[in-house]
Amino acid sequence: MDSRGRAVPATQPIVLEEGFYGVVEQVARDLYIEAQKDVPPDVRAALSKALEEESVPRARAALKVMIQAIELADEKSMLVCQDTGLPIFWLTIGRGLCVDGTRLQQAVRRGTERATKEHPFRSSVVSPLGRENLQTSCGRRIPYIHMEFTDRHSDLEALMMPKGSGSENMTFLKMLAPADGIEGVKKAILDSVIQAGANPCPPTVVGVGIGGTADQCVYLAKLALTRPVGSHNADPALAALEDQLLSVINQTGIGPMGLGGDTTSLAVHIEEAYTHITMNPVAVNLQCWRGVRRRAYIHADGTVDYGY
Amino acid sequence: MAEYHLQSPLSLDAVCSLKVGDSVFLDGTVLGIRDATLIRMFDQNVEPPISLLGATLLHTAPNVSKVKDRYEPVCIGTTTSMRMDRFTEPLLERWHIRAIIGKGGLSHASARLMQRHGACYLAIVGGAASLQTTQIDRIEQVYWEDLMPECLWVLCYAGLGPLTVAIDATGNNLYAEVEKQVEMNRQRLYQMLGISVE
Repeated sequence: MDSRGRAVPATQPIVLEEGFYGVVEQVARDLYIEAQKDVPPDVRAALSKALEEESVPRARAALKVMIQAIELADEKSMLVCQDTGLPIFWLTIGRGLCVDGTRLQQAVRRGTERATKEHPFRSSVVSPLGRENLQTSCGRRIPYIHMEFTDRHSDLEALMMPKGSGSENMTFLKMLAPADGIEGVKKAILDSVIQAGANPCPPTVVGVGIGGTADQCVYLAKLALTRPVGSHNADPALAALEDQLLSVINQTGIGPMGLGGDTTSLAVHIEEAYTHITMNPVAVNLQCWRGVRRRAYIHADGTVDYGY
Repeated sequence: MAEYHLQSPLSLDAVCSLKVGDSVFLDGTVLGIRDATLIRMFDQNVEPPISLLGATLLHTAPNVSKVKDRYEPVCIGTTTSMRMDRFTEPLLERWHIRAIIGKGGLSHASARLMQRHGACYLAIVGGAASLQTTQIDRIEQVYWEDLMPECLWVLCYAGLGPLTVAIDATGNNLYAEVEKQVEMNRQRLYQMLGISVE
């Protein structure tokens, strides 16, 4: 089945038309722009709920400004935040598509450059040592393109998540020992949120990776941020942990923009991988209150459905 | 908690009348700076092309479009201040900066410097750049364009805000107060999570 639920024979490979990569380029361009203008509905709902429940006047005022900024961006088709971030894409390839991976990467890179020049907006990407800015939001290994695969047959899912530095600079990896147990994992997550404090533009979405290798653990923390706010891990134990941690984090008192209040995070999302018998790694990657992400399903025939 | 509408740059009297928790809206000139601008000024010792004396600074790096030879705002917001914390001292000592607008706050050391020199830190709602962009009257001048987008920006605002006075000129620091409260909560939260504490 494809993302629209249409039946597609599982064994039939689909040879893509020449125009498919042009569509990918256009979609990459549009997603990078739209992700920065249109805050996902689940994030809006979470901010509205937070405003209803927030008891501290200063925190309420900050939440109101955030909601006002979102509405103003809708009204005037503006970027919500000035930070255009590091461009990150997840391409999830349907099993029936005969895809040229190199052309796919080139199309996403061109789309990223075009978004930057055609909108136009700021290129936030520089070389790490020389601090050279090509003014294209691109450079060596950026955009960061993840390639994944799905059982769905005939579409390519493209998820775009620009990551601003306020939140990305607040990233933590702890290589705990098995004897540190689940308590050690919980402590590392809470300590990370407290250490991040005001910097990541709270209320944040807290992405948590547990297990895997060191790099996989951080990857999982970022992957967790691609989920809709308030969704739960399918594993009931992890889902319960998400709820418990959110409740505790919101009792720290950090509050919106770190100026105090009941709303420090909108959600905690956990993703896990099996790990080594001697390892117990945990990573935290935060997302700012905009919870930016945009998604598209590009079908083999070149038609596109947009989502979040 | 008073609300003020003030003209920027701020007078020393105006800065000294502000108390932590007050809400401020600014009209007038604000200079946009950030990492690369400050590194050039103070690490590479390049004299800025204009005087910063008594100025209001904004930690920013705008999105702009160039229309003929003028820059028009696309989206101009605020960046995390803490990265630029070590520049508070030279900014206050050399240029007598009266106000720094940013997000996330500055260190305790910076707060003490602000008390000594008569300056304040005004916290903006980070990420709400769409709102703050509509409060810009115009981009007056842009210097050091080679650092784009981290140039030295001369921005004119009509009603930039709401800004929360987070560090005032008497040394009060709202971030420090929140941090203290968070530290007081920490042990109780550990217990709730079943974390044994010494």
